[in-house]
Amino acid sequence: MPETSQRSGVPHRPPAVSDVHIVWITAGLGCDGDSVSVTAAEQPSLEDVLLGAIPGLPKVHLHNPVLAYEVGDDFMKYFYEAEQGRLDPFVLVVEGSIPNEEIKREGYWAAMGTDPKTGQPITTCEWIDRLAPKALAVVAAGTCATYGGIHAMAGNPTGCMGLADYLGWGWKSKAGLPIVNVPGCPVQPDNFMETVLYLVYQAAGIAPIIPLDDQLRPTWLFGKTVHEGCDRGSYYEQADFADEYGSSKCLVKMGCWGPVVNCNVTKRGWMRGIGGCPNVGGICIGCTMPGFPDKFMPFMDEPPGANLSAGIVGMYGMAIRALRAITNTTVNKEPKWRHTGSNLTTGYRPQTY
Amino acid sequence: MATTLQPGVESSQKRRNLVEMNWDPITRIVGSLGIFTKIDFDNKQVAECYSTSSIFRGYSVFMKGKDPRDAHFITSRICGICGDNHATCAVYAQNMAFGIKTPPLGEWIINLGEAAEYMFDHNIFQDNLVGVDFCEQMVKETNPGVWEKAQKAAAPHAAQHGYRTIADIMKALNPFTGEFYRETLQVSRYTREMFCLMEGRHVHPSTLYPGGVGTVPTIQLFTDYLVRLMKYVEFMKKVVPLHDDLFDFFYQALPGYEKVGQRRILLGCWGSFNNPDVCDYTYGKMGDWGRAMYVTPGVIVDGKLVTNDLIDINLGIRILLGSSYYVDWEESGETFVRTDPIGNPVDKRHPWNQTTTPKPQKREFGKRYSWVMSPRWYDKRTGDYLALDTGGGAIARLWATALSGLVDIGYIKATGHSVIINLPKTAMMPETSFEWKIPKWSNAIERDRARTYFQAYAAAAALHFMDRALKELYAGNTKTWSEFKVPENAIGCGFHEAVRGVLSHHVVIRDGKIANYHPYPPTPWNANPRDVYGTPGPYEDAVQNTPIFEENGPEKFKGIDIMRAVRSFDPCLPCGVHMYLGNGKVLETRHSPMFGLQQP
Repeated sequence: MPETSQRSGVPHRPPAVSDVHIVWITAGLGCDGDSVSVTAAEQPSLEDVLLGAIPGLPKVHLHNPVLAYEVGDDFMKYFYEAEQGRLDPFVLVVEGSIPNEEIKREGYWAAMGTDPKTGQPITTCEWIDRLAPKALAVVAAGTCATYGGIHAMAGNPTGCMGLADYLGWGWKSKAGLPIVNVPGCPVQPDNFMETVLYLVYQAAGIAPIIPLDDQLRPTWLFGKTVHEGCDRGSYYEQADFADEYGSSKCLVKMGCWGPVVNCNVTKRGWMRGIGGCPNVGGICIGCTMPGFPDKFMPFMDEPPGANLSAGIVGMYGMAIRALRAITNTTVNKEPKWRHTGSNLTTGYRPQTY
Repeated sequence: MATTLQPGVESSQKRRNLVEMNWDPITRIVGSLGIFTKIDFDNKQVAECYSTSSIFRGYSVFMKGKDPRDAHFITSRICGICGDNHATCAVYAQNMAFGIKTPPLGEWIINLGEAAEYMFDHNIFQDNLVGVDFCEQMVKETNPGVWEKAQKAAAPHAAQHGYRTIADIMKALNPFTGEFYRETLQVSRYTREMFCLMEGRHVHPSTLYPGGVGTVPTIQLFTDYLVRLMKYVEFMKKVVPLHDDLFDFFYQALPGYEKVGQRRILLGCWGSFNNPDVCDYTYGKMGDWGRAMYVTPGVIVDGKLVTNDLIDINLGIRILLGSSYYVDWEESGETFVRTDPIGNPVDKRHPWNQTTTPKPQKREFGKRYSWVMSPRWYDKRTGDYLALDTGGGAIARLWATALSGLVDIGYIKATGHSVIINLPKTAMMPETSFEWKIPKWSNAIERDRARTYFQAYAAAAALHFMDRALKELYAGNTKTWSEFKVPENAIGCGFHEAVRGVLSHHVVIRDGKIANYHPYPPTPWNANPRDVYGTPGPYEDAVQNTPIFEENGPEKFKGIDIMRAVRSFDPCLPCGVHMYLGNGKVLETRHSPMFGLQQP
């Protein structure tokens, strides 16, 4: 049973932990676009979580370089404390793909901070090695960190990869949690903050273990395809396809991969339901997917399977469209008894007038 | 330059105690940046500064052989805060290479999207990232004396913005708990909604294509944008005077503060917002359609406009090495473009002819220490390789636009010495005009001040684009995209202003594929290391001349004046600076004839 606050009757159950830290590394091969995206979130917003505007939360401390008050060593202090087990519990967020530092003789591809002993940069890989074993949960933010993303495309010089490729797909945190992947290039703002909120609720002992699919994505966010949520899906059903950009019809023939991509952007929009991809005229380029970008390039060509499936739907779709057009014409006309004049033709027979 | 030996200057004859102070990563910026300095605490001056970037990704390497139509989707991912500026610039370069032009309504939609990006990005950077350097908590920790003064200083424009004293403004800037901090976070959201209306999603747009946009132009689209824009216009009527009060106060409270982050006036602006009446994306007419942009391009040296011709600007770009981890291509690399489309010779060090070959190695200050190369602009009048900076974008844009005196659209007028911004009546505020006047210095405070004025400029420009877009829509001109074919062989270039400054994309197409692609965003211009001639990059140069006003000694030193100098450039490396506090190492005591001289 929840306890009750002494001052009022508001039900109040203290969280299992009083404080949770979020330690955020942006020093993968990325663009900081996921951190920036998260500042756009409103469901919940960063300040909702940090200022305790959501019930049941422990105090949340965020250590993210894009937003931190502290600079340099003052900022890095939290990373060293986390490494030494003095910042417990913490959720480790990794942003950017993980370069392969083993393919070269010296130097670094990605680093954060300077090693006081050698004066050389500390690589991002080393930070992951130091911090992942101490974290309550590890979250990969954005497609670079989850699966490699743009910087891992064919011909790349750094050999970079996703976090699960680096730590191992079977990797578990000290609390027994697998890596949590929130893909998206960048991550959809609310998708990420909602996942963080869930994990903090889990740390507080309120929510059960986070449900993930076999690509380690939260199931409630990535269980459906872009097409299943797309408001242009009905054009597909009627085999009514755009043949130029700027059209409001279904974009599959213009390069949209929505029918086979796991993402909720067409349902959720980008911010407050505004924006998105095929729903607003942008072809889906598969940016949430493990196969991104190579398996979707060149982006503006019709996906190979779309030709066949759009062809099959053609006959049926055109027939449906024609029939609906007839019905639509009918329902666009008012019933015939709505008229002026002295005759009532509605079917009612007046007795009193 | 600061590394020049100048015997006979009195300060250089003193024995100096130099303390090594480093900030790695620098936070509250985008990207990974480290600033390494040697500070002379006795004379309250930064003696030496190195700027280093700790990330390499290799866009120019992995884009080779890809489909040229994919360039804008790929290059958007270069930057997580202004990715759309890259996508837009790539579309400009694609349009030139493919020989096409965006239909007018498509161009207005892109301009409205990009205007929203400036409104959002300058806003969040100024008041959620830079603003923290001026907040109560920071000022109390670094300059208690200034905090004392701020409490007594009445804000001259209190009637417009509602904060009675400068201290009240500083309190409102405290991270998360400050009222104005939270308000700007909200504003950063509805401005991004405006962006999403035009370009699909932030920060990597979904609806941009070579030839135009996929955005469906409906009445609703423009209504949704306009109501948000007018909220922002009202917000700016408060924000411009608020920042004027705050920045003017620093000059008064700390005499000499104009020297913080000051460097020689060497500014570049590549122009923004194409005008579809003039812009046909042909290289030969680039000078003309460049001058028709709603932010005028320009190279400014010592306060004088050297050129506003995009062809001159293009041909002057040189990419130097010297302190970066790359193999030189001068001898070994292929020459892709010998002459431009109108027959001018193209240098081997120009982006069209650059070959990027990374060579990771140990970091050694004084030798090789950064992943950033050193872009320079070759001044053919003097033979100098100028280390132009962008000043974080806004100051260079306003300066170049003011000097050229070409923009005149009612909402905005460039006068030759200033830019006048006219904002219409809003719900609670009357018509308001602001005038940005060319400042005396290129320094931290003026870079920050210009940012606020440019937010108002972007809103005013958007009002004009809205008028023009609706005119097209009402006339039934709803086409937003032009069809094209990818040529077998072509070259192209795009010029734009990323939020924090100059942006160019150069592409070479062979056999229908990308043979060479080199984007040059603002941060390489600003954050670069010493070049092969020993000329330091703008951050290095600006920090090297910075006097220290912070009241803390080496033990509690926060480096706030250095942070203000660096952040005034709006760094965007996807980087950070770490600061070593308390364990600053005393390096040496010696005669140091070369460090810390004021720039001539």
